[in-house]
Amino acid sequence: MTHTVLVTGVSRHIGARVASVLAADPEIGRVIGVDTAPPPSLSSDGGVPLGRTEFVRVDPRGPDIAKVISAADVDTVVHMSLVSAPPRSGGRALMKEQNVIGTMQLLGACQRSATVRRLVVRSTTAVYGSSPRDPAVFTEDAEPAEPPAHGYAKDACEVEGYVRGFTRRRRDVTVTTLRFANFMGPGVDSPLTRYFTQPVLPTALGFDPRLQFVHEDDAVEVLRRTATEDHPGTFNVAGDGVLLLSQCARRAGLVTVPVPSSAFQLMGELARGAGLVDFSPEQLRLMRHGRVVDTTALAAALGRRPAFSTATAFDDFLRARDIAGGLPAALMDLLTRAVAR
Amino acid sequence: MSDVDRRVAELLALLRRRVTGEYEVDEFGFDPELTDKVLLELVRPLYRDWFRVETTGMEHVPADSGALVVANHSGTIPLDGLMLQVALHDHHPARRALRLLGADLVYRLPLLGHLARKSGHTLACREDADRLLRKGELVGVFPEGFKGVGKPFSERYRLQRFGRGGFVASAIRAQTPIVPCAIVGAEEIYPKIGDLRLLARALGLPYLPVTPLFPWLGPLGAVPLPSKWVIGFGEPVRTDEFDPADADDPMVVFHLTDQIREIIQQQLNELRLRRGHAFPPFF
Repeated sequence: MTHTVLVTGVSRHIGARVASVLAADPEIGRVIGVDTAPPPSLSSDGGVPLGRTEFVRVDPRGPDIAKVISAADVDTVVHMSLVSAPPRSGGRALMKEQNVIGTMQLLGACQRSATVRRLVVRSTTAVYGSSPRDPAVFTEDAEPAEPPAHGYAKDACEVEGYVRGFTRRRRDVTVTTLRFANFMGPGVDSPLTRYFTQPVLPTALGFDPRLQFVHEDDAVEVLRRTATEDHPGTFNVAGDGVLLLSQCARRAGLVTVPVPSSAFQLMGELARGAGLVDFSPEQLRLMRHGRVVDTTALAAALGRRPAFSTATAFDDFLRARDIAGGLPAALMDLLTRAVAR
Repeated sequence: MSDVDRRVAELLALLRRRVTGEYEVDEFGFDPELTDKVLLELVRPLYRDWFRVETTGMEHVPADSGALVVANHSGTIPLDGLMLQVALHDHHPARRALRLLGADLVYRLPLLGHLARKSGHTLACREDADRLLRKGELVGVFPEGFKGVGKPFSERYRLQRFGRGGFVASAIRAQTPIVPCAIVGAEEIYPKIGDLRLLARALGLPYLPVTPLFPWLGPLGAVPLPSKWVIGFGEPVRTDEFDPADADDPMVVFHLTDQIREIIQQQLNELRLRRGHAFPPFF
């Protein structure tokens, strides 16, 4: 039986939802949520009721996390605080410190703890990178042709490296690493969801990447299951099926503006500089070469396929954001009726 | 409803699916509808009227299970892959989609890379080959690679080296049959009589051909010569007599690779004799 669960990164959407779903589980005695900033209030946009979750404000780069773990006899740690984009204040250096040093501090605390029995780490499929020399579909044991050298994806690689080291040293702890595809859903706010809410979509000329999304509900369910059951190993998490970027744009009824690859890169940098969209080099690579992962290992371990496919997750996101996309369809229906007459 | 009305309605339904994104692509990015209705439609006149492609031995290609089609590669520009795809899609009773394994050069280039994916092809690597064969797809491979497609005209119909035999290992792992395939006619479409090596290296291309028409006639030089084509499929070579673990035994793999190579060379010689002249109306 699970007694006390620690959830990091609880002030952001998915972390908060995981904490609240664990807090609603009567089998779990205590849920402690930590983050650098307090969770957004319920009334504000993106606020999630945290239930009986106890919030502790912790600087992940310091040793405070160890005190929380030892004081509360934590037995399950759900590490969700990997941030995918630099915070508004602080930039890349702060982001890297939070991601990598924060994980090292947490793992150090777990290693010293006599009570921790289970560790769930949120990672990302970005660790596979994105290049034309990669296989079309990544399985968990795939070795990327070009390992990511930038930002978030590189942080995630380093985090996974430290987690592997921890797994070797503490064989009695069940460690689950979850590599999530891009989150999609009504409450998700990521560089990619912000990209799809623009009026026109700049795309790389001559490229049409394959994308995969995981719906936030499925992500929360997978995290809940792995936090309450033993599923050791590394797993890809993504919705079934694939959408091409062109297909996403058509479903959203958005106009795409193909620009040459180099200009696309430059626009990404400029937009990032202006604070419009956070498009890092590895995300720009994704928008050219795409990435698809194999999810059969997780389905076998959990005995469950995601409720949302990549396509239905994207449709759900469009519905929630009120991106109708109905104009082309309406025009076509009009044309069909005109011809039938 | 008249025939014309139905065709118009079908076309509008197709258009509606296309503009609203309500169609499916598989995990490799294969878009069967776009391939059949648009991409292959553009190539069919070339197949039918220009090269007048004939096929033989189609019964050797399985209808509903995985198989590996291994063919010779030629023609300076790899049109043979496209023609092989049309042949299997339009003239096989099960209308099979061919999933070619291509060089990474294709996937690095804009436009070409995503068109290749949309028409069902993918990168030649062990993971993708294994995955497609396991799914029961019809996978096509040109083991000669650039050595075959870029060889000079003087070496026409002479099979080049077959690489490391990775395709044989994949077939053994998946226990799927290997269908040897000979393509006659592609050798004559762009007879390569020279190579602009320096310029090719500067552009990052494996070769830059000189043909009787290119570059002398400029863009007109890109028109392929209308040679007569025959595509022949041979009797499948079984791989289920091997143990899947034999895929890691280099002796087994090399031996089977050589065997396949000899079969295709023999097929090529026979089909070439049967076809006769490359340009029948003129000779």
